[in-house]
Amino acid sequence: MVATASRRFRASLLTAIAVLAASCGGGRASTGATGGAGGQSAQQKSVSIGVVYSITGAAAPYGATQKNGVSLAADEINASNAIPGVRLNLILEDDASDKAQGISVYQKFISQDKVAAIIGPTLTNTAVAADPVAQAAKVPVLATSNTGTGITSIGDYIFRDSLAEADVVPQTVKAAINSLHFTRAAVLYANDDAFSKDGYDAFKKALDDNKIQIVDTETFSTNDKDFSAQLTKARDAKPDVVVVEALLNPVVGLTVQARQLGITLPIVGGNGFNSPVFIQQAGKAGEGVIVGAAWNSAEPNPKSQTFIAAYKAKYNTDPDQFAAQAYAGVYVLAQAMRNASSVERPAIRGNLAKIQNLDTVLGTFSFTAGRDANHPAVVQVVKDGKFQILP
Amino acid sequence: MEQQAVNGIFSGSIYALFAVGYTLVFGVLDILNLAHQAVFMVGGVVALELMLGWHLAFWLALLAGTAAAGLLGVVLERLAFRPLRRRPGTEFSALISSLAIATMFEAIVLQVYGPNLQRFPAGAFPASVYQLGDARVSLLQVVIVAVSAALTLALYLLLQHSRLGSAIRAVAENRLAARVLGIDVDRVILVTVVVSSALGGTAGVLYALVFNGADPAVGHAVELKGLAVIILGGMGSIPGAVLGGYLLGLTEVATVAGLGSPFRDAAAFLVLFVILMVRPRGLLGRKAVRSA
Repeated sequence: MVATASRRFRASLLTAIAVLAASCGGGRASTGATGGAGGQSAQQKSVSIGVVYSITGAAAPYGATQKNGVSLAADEINASNAIPGVRLNLILEDDASDKAQGISVYQKFISQDKVAAIIGPTLTNTAVAADPVAQAAKVPVLATSNTGTGITSIGDYIFRDSLAEADVVPQTVKAAINSLHFTRAAVLYANDDAFSKDGYDAFKKALDDNKIQIVDTETFSTNDKDFSAQLTKARDAKPDVVVVEALLNPVVGLTVQARQLGITLPIVGGNGFNSPVFIQQAGKAGEGVIVGAAWNSAEPNPKSQTFIAAYKAKYNTDPDQFAAQAYAGVYVLAQAMRNASSVERPAIRGNLAKIQNLDTVLGTFSFTAGRDANHPAVVQVVKDGKFQILP
Repeated sequence: MEQQAVNGIFSGSIYALFAVGYTLVFGVLDILNLAHQAVFMVGGVVALELMLGWHLAFWLALLAGTAAAGLLGVVLERLAFRPLRRRPGTEFSALISSLAIATMFEAIVLQVYGPNLQRFPAGAFPASVYQLGDARVSLLQVVIVAVSAALTLALYLLLQHSRLGSAIRAVAENRLAARVLGIDVDRVILVTVVVSSALGGTAGVLYALVFNGADPAVGHAVELKGLAVIILGGMGSIPGAVLGGYLLGLTEVATVAGLGSPFRDAAAFLVLFVILMVRPRGLLGRKAVRSA
């Protein structure tokens, strides 16, 4: 049967609709991975803490080490009975780097598992959607890797031990200017992710404050694989430095493609770069990248060195910033429970807010009045395949 | 400017290779094969697995990825298309059924392989770079454009100058008449779907190699653009798919260079919209012939 033009038109229209519907509906199977210190002794009370990280999806490389960090901390705390009479029971769930799944997990934690507090989620993007649920239910949330804006302003039950991009980026930019002396910057960022967008705003402000001319701004999607058009356009604007703000997969692709296109300019990046997986996947292309972080393994803090040794012994690999922040998060939460002598949600919240000058692997840690993290950041450079402190 | 042209031609050649398989099945079977992006994805994933796990050389992995995709084409044709052909009034059902098969393939890959982006080992392909005036082209990009062009040309020659090609064109034109003339229509259709899927798989391997990564969701990025390409070029027209692919690649790059990168993905759909308004049969689509 010969198709007429109108049949083909109908076919194409119907297909376009079908394809659009299909692409909107792709769901992921929810995982119910449960982990945590099970069992309780007669005198100890078992307290459930809901831990939600991105074990799969775009943020999976970060989630993997975060999971390790919280497990290590919980085991240490339980073994040493750091919270008298209390045994932490971590319930770990995956949000698949997806907002909707994050919300489902929060609802499960709150109504089904009746957790005392929630740790996570990995992505700012998920937190912005899910944290209001916890705030409404008055469950304390301690984020360990949300660095975008508008997280703690969701409500007084939302805390984070991760330094905001708005706090780290100005330090990064200043240190990079001191080291590289650039005057013209091209900025590339992912415009479909909350963290990337907030980070871009922070970079823009820091660059403007330092009187650096932004000669070109380009955007891309977190799932994009081909950045050559944007990179070429940025290169043509003749910058001295390239600033990149996005999650791991796009920043690896971007860095590698930039070098392939012959762009040898230095790259300054945001928190998305802060994983050893970046170094592993970008290889030689990643050398020289400057990125500000909340934690670096070379810091002489003795708590930090002990943590690195313990982590290596248990997981056979070095910890990264995300693991350190997750580990510190559990300790901060434990301290709040100790101070409160209670595991009730409002008591935990009240005592979290009061934490000042606590000794952690991140250094001397305090919450600000806005429940954000307050501790010194460190600016790093990728050198010889490792994150080293920028001199 | 030359670099942007190179960028556009390069991404165009990948779109073109993907679209050629897509449009072939549409031309012969009047089916929009929504599983094409799934075999594209499987090609890349299989090649990556073989290179990472079994340390196979690139060329062998390319052939294996293509073969795997071709095999999936057999499954697709037998499970999704053949049973529906026997029944009347099911023209659009094949589309849904191909979507079902696509979902199944993705779910299987997800189970076996996990959802995360896997990358090829560093040095999997020689990293030589050539200078073309102001532009840099890597050896890999040249190989991909060459392979894409060669395969498309081979397909065109097959269709125009071989008995199988004549049989395919006959089935495309009038299935009943072809059957009456003694052509084994079922076999021809099977071959068409297999060839189309193999081409899709090859495109998938090349895509995974050049963008250094394969994950189960990679087909979705290309599928909507592939649809735009085949409508732009004229559904069922192979030269149209090639032309459409290159045009889209260049348009996207021009959009980034001219309008700004936030509009890059919109370019494909804007082009699609304009073509459907102005010339719905596509650039090289044939004007419909009414059957008597």
